[in-house]
Formats: sequence, C-alpha cells, structure tokens
Amino acid sequence: MADTPIPLEVRNIKKRFGDTEVLKGLSLTAQKGDVITLIGASGSGKSTFLRCMNLLEQPDEGELVVHGEQILFKETSKGREPADWKQVVRMRAKLSMVFQGFNLWAHMTLLENVIEAPVHVLGKPKKEAIAHARELLERVGLSARADAYPAQMSGGQQQRGAIARALAMDPEVMLFDEPTSALDPELVGDVLKVMRDLAAEGRTMIVVTHEMAFARDVSSQVIYLHEGRVEEAGAPADVLENPRSERLKQFLAPKH
Amino acid sequence: MIDLHGYGPRLAEGALITIELAVLSLVLAILLGLATASAKMSRNWVLHRVATLYTTIIRGVPDLVLMMLLFFGGQIGINMITDMLYDRFGVDIFINVNEFIAGVVTIGLIFGAYMGETFRGAFMAVDAGQIEAGRAYGMNHWLVFRRIRFPQMMRHAIPGLSNNWMVLLKTTALVSVIGLTDMVRVASEASKATREPFTFMIIVAVIYLLIASLSEWGFARLQKRYDVGYGEAD
Repeated sequence: MADTPIPLEVRNIKKRFGDTEVLKGLSLTAQKGDVITLIGASGSGKSTFLRCMNLLEQPDEGELVVHGEQILFKETSKGREPADWKQVVRMRAKLSMVFQGFNLWAHMTLLENVIEAPVHVLGKPKKEAIAHARELLERVGLSARADAYPAQMSGGQQQRGAIARALAMDPEVMLFDEPTSALDPELVGDVLKVMRDLAAEGRTMIVVTHEMAFARDVSSQVIYLHEGRVEEAGAPADVLENPRSERLKQFLAPKH
Repeated sequence: MIDLHGYGPRLAEGALITIELAVLSLVLAILLGLATASAKMSRNWVLHRVATLYTTIIRGVPDLVLMMLLFFGGQIGINMITDMLYDRFGVDIFINVNEFIAGVVTIGLIFGAYMGETFRGAFMAVDAGQIEAGRAYGMNHWLVFRRIRFPQMMRHAIPGLSNNWMVLLKTTALVSVIGLTDMVRVASEASKATREPFTFMIIVAVIYLLIASLSEWGFARLQKRYDVGYGEAD
C-alpha cells in the first residue's frame, strides 16, 4: 500500500479567535485505517482542530493535504482564505463529518438524508445511491426508519443515521465531533458500537470524544490537547494507562 | 339575476387584469425580497446600506404617493433620457410608460421591501447546524441554498408571505389612479354611469374575497408541504 496517498495530513495548524490563540501549531497524520482520538478538557481546542480539517473553521496558518492533494490558500485583507473553493468542496466530499448535534437535514427523510450528498455533490445516479443507502441503514440498524424524519427519531437513531450519511460518501476519513455527547446515556452504547465496527473494518477515523473506554479500546493513537497544544500523544496504552504529565493524570482521574 | 347593464365582460376583463397584476407583482416582490434579505445579511456594507435605504424609503412613503412618483416621475425621467439621446446622437425614440408595467414595478418594489424583512427573519430562523452540515458534505453556496436553506426558510416565511400577499392583492386597487382599468376602475365607472354603486362594489368585494379565500387555501397547503418533518406541534 506504499503508493496510496496518505488520507489526511495536517501540519502546524494555528487559529486565533480575536486575541486568543486557540490552536498553537497542531499537526496530525492519519494513515489508512488509523483511528485517532482527540481528548482534552473543554476549551482545549479539540473541536476547533477537527473543524479546521474540513475548513469549517479557517486556520490562520498551517497546511492541509487530503489524499495527497495540498489545499491552496491565499492571503486576503480579511485574513487567510482557501484559494480555490472548488478544491475545498472536493476535499470536503472526501472527509465526512459526524456532528455532536447530528445535524440531519430536518426537512428530509432519513433515506433522503443519506442519498442527498452522493446524488447532488458526487453526481451518483439516484437508484444506485438508494440501493447503497439501504445497505448502510441496514448496517446501522435503521432499515425500518428509512422513511422517518429526524424529528421522529431518538437521538441515538439520528446519530446512527448521521453515520450512515457519512458512510454514503465513501469518505477517505471520517471526522467525529463528540458524537455521543448530546445523547442520553442509554443511547450512547448503540452509537459507539457502530463506531467500533467501523474501526474494526479499517475505516480511517478522527474522533473528538470524552469516551475514554472507546479511546482506549479502539484508537491507534490518542492525542491529549491542552490550551491548543499537544500535551501528550501516542498509543492508548501509553497515553491513557501511563500518563506522564500531571494535567493528563488529573484529566483521566475518575471524577465523583 | 343582477342586472350588470352590459358591464359584465368589462368587469371580467378588469378582474383578470387585477389577478395578472397581483401575480406578476408578487413574483417581482419575491425576487426583490430575496435579494434584499441576502443584501441585509451580507457582510458587504455597501449592499447592506443600499438594502436598508431601499426598505426605509419604501416603508416610510405611502403606497399611493410612491405609485404616482414612479409613474409620472418615471415618464419624465425616460423623456429626459430620450431627449438627451436625440440631442447628442440624433436617435429619435419615444417610450411611453405602460400603465400595466408601471403598476407591476411599483407594487413589486413596494412589497419587495416587506418581503425582504419576512425572508430575512425566516433565513435567520434556520438552524446554523443544518447549513454547516451541507457545507461539510461538499455542497457549494448555491447547492446549500437550493437544497437546505431555501426549503427550510420557506417554512418560516409562509405566514408572512401569505400576509403580504393579501395586502398586495388589495393594493392593486390603487392602480386605477394611474389609468389602469382593473376591476375597481371598471366598477367605479359603471357605478357612475348606472347610479347603482352598491351593485358593482359588492361584486368587486366578492371577487376580492374569493381570490383571497382561494389564496388562503393555497398557502395552507404550501405550509403543510414545507412543514414536512417538523411534526404537528411546532
């Protein structure tokens, strides 16, 4: 597999909001099949970092290489912007995102949600997209809900549906932004199970999460962020079982 | 049977003009409204100022005054331009402001300002996460607008849209002052000639009411269509 391009490389990302520098030079390389979890307290910049990867936030500095393609930027009076929005659109189609708040499109049925981007962004024939969508809904255990609207589904169902929507793009990398944080505790398990299955089949995933068990069992790499910097990174056995810094020890300590 | 003294066909023509005028003005108003709403939400301050100036003027000046200003003022303006063309280049053209077009433009301009506010509120009511999901899945601006922003916005816009339409419909009665023979003007002529104002005015009232009721039914159906996915309660 040596000559397949690396799915995602991110180098030295910096981001300021006003006077506050929230990301102070973050890098990451996702090889095929990697599951990278980003952990850290709220305000550590982990979600912002993830959102910089598909340019929902514009990084002020740094480089992005998606599947071997370098994203081009230009300097404007308002700061740095992508030089070619067509390129951004193309790269976003390769990185599908699963949001904390699900964000399934409310005016479409679940099936319509899943086929929307494949049909309208990738130009896939509708029939083919529907067949694929039905397979994916079967996989996430939602075959029976294909014609339901998001408002008629539980949070857990919506998030599994959102994962099916992400899979329908055949993405290079899946980005998960705290996918279980908005769920009732009893619904978290179903979503995590789907994510574990995806990891097991070799999907490349970057996951911002507070689920330490998931990070420990599933990830190939754990990155602990503190105030926009990488405090510790490495295999979960090292980072989570033998934390070196006091901060990470405290972060991992059971809270009562 | 009511005796229309032979005014029946002319009343029907007038009613048709009223409907044509109202529908075309509505189309123009919707387009202007969308443009105004976009301009007011844009970060470009020139667009923002222009849109604000437009809504301020339109909403602050009576419809009738605006209509006369645009109709008579428009004719003077066009004459000045054609005179200049003649003096400078020897081009001899004469353009007469058509009452129907003047009516459509005026009413469209007036209600574009109101529609702008309706649409702006409706656009702002769309959840940001819905738009973000579209962008994250590789949709460009136009696709996000067409597939997500617009259909979700419409749900919030329809009550205001329907209200504006009702007012617009009745505002068409004003065009009789610029010489357009809509049904109000026909009825008014007929009333004077036959000295039976009540007969003709009641007919006009009933026709307006009929159009309004039909529209209300239509808007209710439209609302139902755009409410899909949001449950009954919301």
